[in-house]
Amino acid sequence: MPWTRDQMAARAARELQDGFYVNLGIGIPTLVANHIPEGVSVHLHSENGMLGIGPFPYEGEEDADLINAGKQTVTELPTTSYFDSAESFAMVRGGHIDISILGALQVAENGDLANWMIPGKMVKGMGGAMDLVAGVPRVVVLMEHTAKGEPKILRKCSLPLTGKGVVSMIVTDMAVFEVDHSRSPSLVLVDKPDDVTIEQIRDATEADFVVHSTMHRTPVAADMGK
Amino acid sequence: MRKVYSGAVEALAGLLRDDMTILAGGFGLCGVPMALIEAIRESGVRNLTIVSNNAGIDGIGLGILLDTRQVKKMISSYVGENATFARQYLAGELEIEFNPQGTLAERIRAGGAGIPAFFTATGYGTQVADGKETREFDGRHYVMERGIFGDLAVVHAWKGDTEGNLVYRKTARNFNPICAAAAKVTVAEVEELVEPGTIDPDHIVTPGIYVKRIVKLAQVEKHIEKRTVRERA
Repeated sequence: MPWTRDQMAARAARELQDGFYVNLGIGIPTLVANHIPEGVSVHLHSENGMLGIGPFPYEGEEDADLINAGKQTVTELPTTSYFDSAESFAMVRGGHIDISILGALQVAENGDLANWMIPGKMVKGMGGAMDLVAGVPRVVVLMEHTAKGEPKILRKCSLPLTGKGVVSMIVTDMAVFEVDHSRSPSLVLVDKPDDVTIEQIRDATEADFVVHSTMHRTPVAADMGK
Repeated sequence: MRKVYSGAVEALAGLLRDDMTILAGGFGLCGVPMALIEAIRESGVRNLTIVSNNAGIDGIGLGILLDTRQVKKMISSYVGENATFARQYLAGELEIEFNPQGTLAERIRAGGAGIPAFFTATGYGTQVADGKETREFDGRHYVMERGIFGDLAVVHAWKGDTEGNLVYRKTARNFNPICAAAAKVTVAEVEELVEPGTIDPDHIVTPGIYVKRIVKLAQVEKHIEKRTVRERA
């Protein structure tokens, strides 16, 4: 069985380290906040000018002046700070946010990311996504492995890019890849659900990848040659 | 010089004309200068270029200027919540310049600080960089982006004093302080208007030098776009 959305979020949450400043995108990445490992304390950044996002408010305590980047009502914590939008992206662009976990429409084997636009269809805008992927040192894509049966991890993105060569890791319902720009192919399978086979992952992935040695129950060479 | 005006219409009197560029603070429906936007609608000025992170939603915020077709062009980062916007854009009736949110914020900040252009890695290798100058610094590629300076900025603050010193509340700050600095004339609407000395000078976010006119809102109407709550344990 592939991972559920919560299992995917929990797997991505394992990338968080104690003390990290973290930006979570809209959709499945938001669920990561529910799976932060025990003993790990992180600060959540919201692009609209907040560090230290608290949980949703109790009914009746919603404050129109207190929202996250997804425009949802949230609460503040004792650690919270507020700042303007230029300051918020100075943190992002300046590399002060440790990790960004966000969704994608397509990812290419060289780390290219497309997640903001479908020409002729979607006119929404990129919001803060282009700034995050350009400025944050570690970018983790958290998404379904395929869309309507079609691979989303491709040799080359066909949609307009959000960033070039920016992705560090891909977590899907079927696989976890590290993007290692020093090697070819750059995608390295480092984790997967127990009962998903490497063959199933190859069938659902257009991009080429290698399998990390720790993934093998049989000798490494068996799969490296593919 | 007296900065305080009796209402939003009065505060904008003499400042509005067709074809002008107006910066508006706000993120989603949070910290949006709703009363000043309504006064712009009532004035009937047309062919506006609006610089704002979002475009409001149908019937609220900047959405009301789209309904009346007073906007020629939007410079924004995300307009996903406005169906009127999508319809007018796809019909070719409205121009849009999408900017990455951080680039938009920095363009406004730079404009207000007298910086005509800057380089950012954001958008390099994407269509955002099309037609723009690029440069390599220390082995990394950057795109040149221009500062933005408007004819008019409209902002919303929580408290202001009669000198135009402003304080914002929580995430309603967002684009307001940078917009306040990036236009020839800035008009602020405030929820509370106080005498100078009431706000601790250490807490002032926007110094009054940036604010030419200020108006106290007769009533404060706030909207929540996505109400999310948790169960009580």
